Amino acid sequence: MIEVKNLFKSYGDKGVLSDINFSVVQGQSVAIVGKSGAGKSVLLKCLIGLVKPDEGTVYVDNKLINTMSFRQLQEIRSNIGMVFQFGALFDSMTVGENISLALHKLTKLSDDEIQERVFNSLEEVDMAGTENIMPSELSGGMKKRVGIARAIAIKPTYLFYDEPTTGLDPIMTDGINRLITKFQSTGEVTSVIITHEMRTVYDVADRVLLLHDGKIRFDGSPDEIKNVDDMVVQQFITGNSTLVKKGD
Amino acid sequence: MFRFLFYPFNFLIDSLEGVGRYVELMASMFRSLFSWHKYLSLIVDQMFHIGVLSIPIVILTSLFSGMVTSVQAAYQFESGFVPNWFVGSIVGESILMELAPMMTGLVMTGRIGATIAAEIGTMRVSEQIDALESLSFDPVSFLILPRVLAAAIMFPMLIVIADCFGIIGGLFAAVNAMDVSHLEFIRGLRNWFRPWDAWFGLIKGLFFGVAITSIACYQGFYTTGGATGVGRSTTATVVISCVAIVFLDYILAAILL
Repeated sequence: MIEVKNLFKSYGDKGVLSDINFSVVQGQSVAIVGKSGAGKSVLLKCLIGLVKPDEGTVYVDNKLINTMSFRQLQEIRSNIGMVFQFGALFDSMTVGENISLALHKLTKLSDDEIQERVFNSLEEVDMAGTENIMPSELSGGMKKRVGIARAIAIKPTYLFYDEPTTGLDPIMTDGINRLITKFQSTGEVTSVIITHEMRTVYDVADRVLLLHDGKIRFDGSPDEIKNVDDMVVQQFITGNSTLVKKGD
Repeated sequence: MFRFLFYPFNFLIDSLEGVGRYVELMASMFRSLFSWHKYLSLIVDQMFHIGVLSIPIVILTSLFSGMVTSVQAAYQFESGFVPNWFVGSIVGESILMELAPMMTGLVMTGRIGATIAAEIGTMRVSEQIDALESLSFDPVSFLILPRVLAAAIMFPMLIVIADCFGIIGGLFAAVNAMDVSHLEFIRGLRNWFRPWDAWFGLIKGLFFGVAITSIACYQGFYTTGGATGVGRSTTATVVISCVAIVFLDYILAAILL
C-alpha cells in the first residue's frame, strides 16, 4: 500500500506540489493525470524516493521512505519497477545487459536463470530476440517496451509508469496499454501511471487523480471523471482549450 | 535598477554552494571506496578508456614538448659560455617536474574531462541516473568511483610515458637540429637528475587525475537543462579543471619542494 500525506514540494520560488493526500491500495491501478508541468513526474519520483519532498510523508508498505537511508531505500526499490518516459535505457549496454543489470544486483539467480528471465521479460513485451541490440538502434516505442521489460524483470509488486504512451502512434499506444492491463490482471501488481493521454486512463486505470496547480482537483473512477461538473476537469478530458481561460 | 550590484554577491553564494555540493559528492564517493571490489570490472574498463586510449595523444604532446624545450634551451645557450650538455639537464628537469604532468593534465582535461562530463550529463538529463537509482544502484559508486579511481591509477602511468617520450623528443631535437651529441645530452640528463624530481611529477599526475575526473563527474552529475545543460557542464569542466591544474601545480610545488 502507498500512502501520501500532506506532501509539499517546490523548486526555488515555484511551488510544484501542494498538500497532496492520497493512498493506493494493493492491486489497484491509479492514473495520475494533469497538464504538462503539473508536477506529475515529481510526484511519482517522490513515491520512489528519487525526489525528497519539502514537507509531508510518503509510506510504501507502511514504511516511511522520506527519511530512509540509501540502503533502506534499496530494499524498498527492489519491489518497485519504474518505467521512465523515454525508456532511460543505459546507452553503453545492450538491451539484454540493461535488463540483467538489476537482476545481478537484486537477485541470487544463476547466470542461466538470469538469461532465461531476460528472455521471458522481452517476450512479454514482444521484443524477443533483441538482447544483443544497442538502445540507439531502437525506435521510441521499442525503447519504452524494453523499459517495461526491465521494470518487470525483477518481478516487482509495484509498477510505476511515467508517461508510457506519450509520443507513440495509436497502435503502439494500444499495445502498451494492453501490456499494462496484462500485468495488472495478475492481481499481484499495484500500478501508478502518470499520463496525459485519456485513452490510456480509460483503458488501464480503475482510479484517476487529476493534478491542477499542484493540488489534486479530482479523485475518482474513470467513469466518474467523464461526468464531473468541473470546467478544469472537463477541459482536460475533452482537450478543449477554450473551456477555461488562463487564471480562472 | 541596482540589481547588478548583487551579481558578485550571488556569484559568491553560488560558488560556495557549488563547493559544498562538490565536497558532499566526494565525501559520498570516499565512503563507497571500501566497496571498490564490487566495481572492479567498471574500474578496469575506465582504466582502458582513461589510460590506454590516451597513450597516443600523450606521446604526441610530450614528444613535441621535449623537442621545443630542447630547441629553446639551445637558443638560450648560443652565447657559448654554457656547455652544450646543459641542454640535457634543462630538458630532463623541465620534462620530469613540469612539462610532462602539466601538458598531460591539460590534454587530458580536453580528452577525458569533457568526455566524462558529457557522458554523465547526458545520463542525468535522459533520466539514466534516476533509472540506476530506481534499480537500487548507488550512482556515486557506479559512475563516479570507477572513473576517479581509474584516473588515480592511470595518470601517473601516463606521466611516466610522457616523461620517456618528452626526453626522447628533446634528445632527437638536440642531436638533429643542434650541435649536441647524444652522449652530451645524456650526460646533462644524468648530471642533474634526482629521483625525487621524477616522483614529484608522478605525485602531480595523481592529483591532476583525481581533480580532472572528480570535477567532470561533479559537473555531469548536477547537469540540468537538456542538451544546453550538457554543453554548459562540459565547458565548465574544461575551464575549472584547467584552473584547478595550475592552482594545484603551484600548491604542490610550494609544499613538496
